[in-house]
Amino acid sequence: MTDPTIDQPITRKPDFSATHLRKRYRAEARFKFYGVAAIFAALAMLAILLGSIISTGSSAFTQTEIALDIKLDAAKIDPDGTRDPESLARANYRTIVRDAMRAQFPEVSGRRDLRKLYKLVSTGSDFTLRQIVEADPALIGTTQTIWFKSSADLDQLNKGAIPRDVPEGDRRVNDAQITWFDALSDDGRTRRSFNTTFFTSGDSREPEQAGVWGAVVGTMLTLFVTLVLSFPIGVMSAVYLEEFAPKNRWTDLIEVNINNLAAVPSIVFGLLGLAVFLNFFGLPRSAPLVGGLVLALMTLPTVIIAGRAALQSVPPSIREAALGVGASPLQTVSHHVLPLAMPGILTGTIIGMARALGETAPLLMIGMVAFIVDIPRGFTDAATVLPVQVFLWADAPERAFVERTSAAIMVLLAFLILMNLAAVLLRRKFERRW
Amino acid sequence: MNTIILIIVLLGLTTFAYRYGRRKALTSVEGRVANLHSLPSYHGAYVALWCGLPALIVVALWLILQTDLVERMVLSGISDGISGMTKGQISLLLSDIRNLATGDITSRTPSPMVQAAAAHYVELQRLGFMLMTGAAVILTSGGLYFGLKAIQPTLRARPQVERIVRWLLLIASVIAILTTIGIILSLMFESIRFFGQVNPIEFLFGLTWSPQTALRADQVGGSGAFGAVPVFAGTLLITVIAMIVAVPIGLMAAIYMAEYASPTTRSLVKPALEILAGIPTVVYGFFAALTIGPLFRGAGESIGLSVASESALAAGLVMGVMIIPFVSSLSDDVINAVPQSLRDGSYALGATQSETIRQVILPASLHGIVGAILLAVSRAIGETMIVVMAAGLSANLTANPLEAVTTVTVQIVTLLVGDQEFDSAKTLAAFALGLVLFLVTLALNVVALRVVRKYREEYD
Amino acid sequence: MTEAIYVEGTVRPDEESVTGMSEAIETDTTETETAPFPTKVKANNVDAFYAEKQALFGVSLDVPENQVTALIGPSGCGKSTFLRCINRMNDTIPICRVTGDITIDEQDIYDPAIDVVQLRARVGMVFQKPNPFPKSIYENVAYGPRIHGMAQGKADIDDLVESSLQRAGLWNEVKDRLGESGTSLSGGQQQRLCIARAIAVNPDVILMDEPCSALDPIATARIEELMDELRQNYTIVIVTHSMQQAARVSQRTAFFHLGYLVESGATEMIFTNPEDTRTQDYITGRFG
Repeated sequence: MTDPTIDQPITRKPDFSATHLRKRYRAEARFKFYGVAAIFAALAMLAILLGSIISTGSSAFTQTEIALDIKLDAAKIDPDGTRDPESLARANYRTIVRDAMRAQFPEVSGRRDLRKLYKLVSTGSDFTLRQIVEADPALIGTTQTIWFKSSADLDQLNKGAIPRDVPEGDRRVNDAQITWFDALSDDGRTRRSFNTTFFTSGDSREPEQAGVWGAVVGTMLTLFVTLVLSFPIGVMSAVYLEEFAPKNRWTDLIEVNINNLAAVPSIVFGLLGLAVFLNFFGLPRSAPLVGGLVLALMTLPTVIIAGRAALQSVPPSIREAALGVGASPLQTVSHHVLPLAMPGILTGTIIGMARALGETAPLLMIGMVAFIVDIPRGFTDAATVLPVQVFLWADAPERAFVERTSAAIMVLLAFLILMNLAAVLLRRKFERRW
Repeated sequence: MNTIILIIVLLGLTTFAYRYGRRKALTSVEGRVANLHSLPSYHGAYVALWCGLPALIVVALWLILQTDLVERMVLSGISDGISGMTKGQISLLLSDIRNLATGDITSRTPSPMVQAAAAHYVELQRLGFMLMTGAAVILTSGGLYFGLKAIQPTLRARPQVERIVRWLLLIASVIAILTTIGIILSLMFESIRFFGQVNPIEFLFGLTWSPQTALRADQVGGSGAFGAVPVFAGTLLITVIAMIVAVPIGLMAAIYMAEYASPTTRSLVKPALEILAGIPTVVYGFFAALTIGPLFRGAGESIGLSVASESALAAGLVMGVMIIPFVSSLSDDVINAVPQSLRDGSYALGATQSETIRQVILPASLHGIVGAILLAVSRAIGETMIVVMAAGLSANLTANPLEAVTTVTVQIVTLLVGDQEFDSAKTLAAFALGLVLFLVTLALNVVALRVVRKYREEYD
Repeated sequence: MTEAIYVEGTVRPDEESVTGMSEAIETDTTETETAPFPTKVKANNVDAFYAEKQALFGVSLDVPENQVTALIGPSGCGKSTFLRCINRMNDTIPICRVTGDITIDEQDIYDPAIDVVQLRARVGMVFQKPNPFPKSIYENVAYGPRIHGMAQGKADIDDLVESSLQRAGLWNEVKDRLGESGTSLSGGQQQRLCIARAIAVNPDVILMDEPCSALDPIATARIEELMDELRQNYTIVIVTHSMQQAARVSQRTAFFHLGYLVESGATEMIFTNPEDTRTQDYITGRFG
């Protein structure tokens, strides 16, 4: 120790001057502010997102209706008087509805004006009328006040989504239609009622007749296939990897592979489904079966990873105790370890299913993006799912589909919330610390 | 539908086999279980496996192979009629036959040949189903017979059942590997076909992307151009914008939550951020297309800038919001893994909290954060719905975020959605893009996981 | 240093080892016990709570300047909690609450006007487990001076880093590899690096929380020697679970038990002639 500095005490002192300290505390406050600002920015985005969806979507749950006095003339509906269901089905209900409208506005004449007038009500009105008559043939020969869905454009006008103060050419309803509609309103012949069609029917080109039920059924069929495949396979491979696999390179490979598979973009699974399931195995396009298969492959890594984590959290003492009383390794796992790990596995599976529920891109690849009116009845019927329905409606040009898209998103989010809630409750109920 | 009924019947038989085998084992020792080598339930499982497993395997294989076989036979039945047809025409014809056979609407009025072929198709399918049912019934009853015959008190049912179960477990865990192999093979196979038509050098380095191939030979711009650089550049641009949004916000949010927030704040904000992660991407896409895109366009117009309504900025911003929770939760884990002793060391020197975070904690967790960002980048590159709905279709080679650009995933979707013939370069290009996408994200993930693992080892 | 190497758990409740220890103290303290030392840190009636649980009960203790004061006692007795009160490290634990007065140079450190940042610059701390930052050796030492604005240019910092490492007795071992990571050093070197890091900001008081418990005997001996050198310029408070270490390095000793300060005084007094039976029992090894 020849260096002279050793014996000189350090004389330099920290800078305790107010200016230096103030500078440091300002930096501190600034940094903290950045953190708060970041969280606020993220939460604000969430609020704006949900707010804009709810504010545009909630109006879709009601539908404007127009009351018309329908003269159910027996000569027009059932000239033979047999009340035979087939002849009832064949009757021309459209003219009956149109006659009623002409009777409501006798001053309207001319083909063009009449066509505008007829457009006040939904093109599905004749079908509505037919159903009413078929349900109760005794109505024939009477005059009934019946509520019909208004056309989507008038519905939008009524909800204020189409402004009245813009030039006539810039809006989808013209001045004459507005006048008629207002006249009907003054007469008490318009109302807004709950839009049951939205929850009970399939897709349609006409917004007022379009609903999410077809997509909901398609979603359920698809997710059923996904669950039936990914849950058992996922649990089995988690059990194998965690409890039985020898620790060697082969097992390492499977493990690395699963971790990477979990991060593969979902659209790549769609390409896999297209190339393998559709083109190689020739399975039907647009089918929930194929959608479920693709989503199952996509969800599998999530289930396996969650399953392994749950199995890992079961303490080794339980296994030792079971093995110690002479249970075979498989009995140990199936009687003791797996039941204890089950809540964790189920939670992971629900989260995986929730992600599969929100997935769109791979399903586009396998053709679940077609326009499908019918409610699917089986796993090989053409179907669509909720997120794809959102995608399809988002592309539709009609103003009325905007609110329906948002409403479909609300339905989708409701399903997601339910599933996540189930996962949270499951975790709460069975949470166990060893 | 019939197949499902068949499978249900098979499963029912298997359940029956289980109960019967169990009962038989019990009666064979007159109820004294101790005299059995294995528990009665293992005898039951033994019989059930004999009964159900071979039949289910055969049914599965049959279902996989039957369609192909039937179609070949149908085509060979009408080989006179289709000689001289191109591959595309044959596949079109085949889909007509298939549609007619399943009772769907066909694209045109079926010719007598197609009608005959469809009848043939239906006939063969019915035959195939009957054969399959026959095979399944024979295998089930044979299995049941053998299984039951083997039952006796000394039967080593447990080891045998356990061996089979272990094999089933192994097979289940191999499915993940098969998936990867399936992805690689299907992408490779179609990509190789694509590169047979388009030079890989042109694909990777060409500057013009316009995949519309001609329907007629005399059409203008018919050949199509497959230089993917504008597509890659667009992907990069949107990813960079997303990262500019997500990394600072996600990282700062994570820092605040890990270092400053009270437990109450944490327990409220964390789930809220997780909601952001749970929202389906199609919702973000709709939000970007309906709200953010027009908003930016309007804002741009009001200050005299021309902003495309499908600007890279809008798509990137919304994608960034989607990725915020991803970055924040990964970074949160990483920051929490930094040992408390380092914080103590810094505070004991008189450092303020922000000095400690910036100069000790962040450098200490740098590896983990880099890993998290790499994973986020990989997520952004592979994200599809937001860009499909909010980014453009035309491949502009530009760095201007206010213009519309297109991405790899958008191109894959546009090239493959709708009717397409499977041989055209246009369709195959989607698979080549898919291969690039897969390889890039795979590389990012491998590197990120390795970096993160190394980081974890540092503080364990 | 006569007892450079010690083995844990060798204290036996017999007369011999205690007298042997007192001999060691005598050789150690003869030269320093000459001048009276003014009080540097003064604790008066300090209580500390972790949430509802009280960890310190009315502790009052004077710590003299330029002396080593050892805090001993069985684990969980509150000695570390007390140590962490002196530089307000307990502030970093949200559930911890401290009442009573602690003054340094007659200034109340729990006064709201006092800035913790300033306080901690004046009161350095060395921890049980060496905790060098995952930065270079140079940056580890330069960190404190930088945040406290102690130097204008790089030459100043270089100077401070060198003299701090010199004083911590580490300079000769690391002068050729200042750019290497602090975590690449051995455990003993890491702990001396942490000491260098603490003295680089030139504190008045250095707190040491069992600084040798994670080290091997040879590294422990180096640190103990170092403490004796540092005493000339700093006031040192050390928490230790090793009574031999307390006997070797300290001039004053305070014995804590169940959150109470049982007894404090000159080290030789505590070890040879304790007033309280609990102290007696502890140092003779009846419990602990």
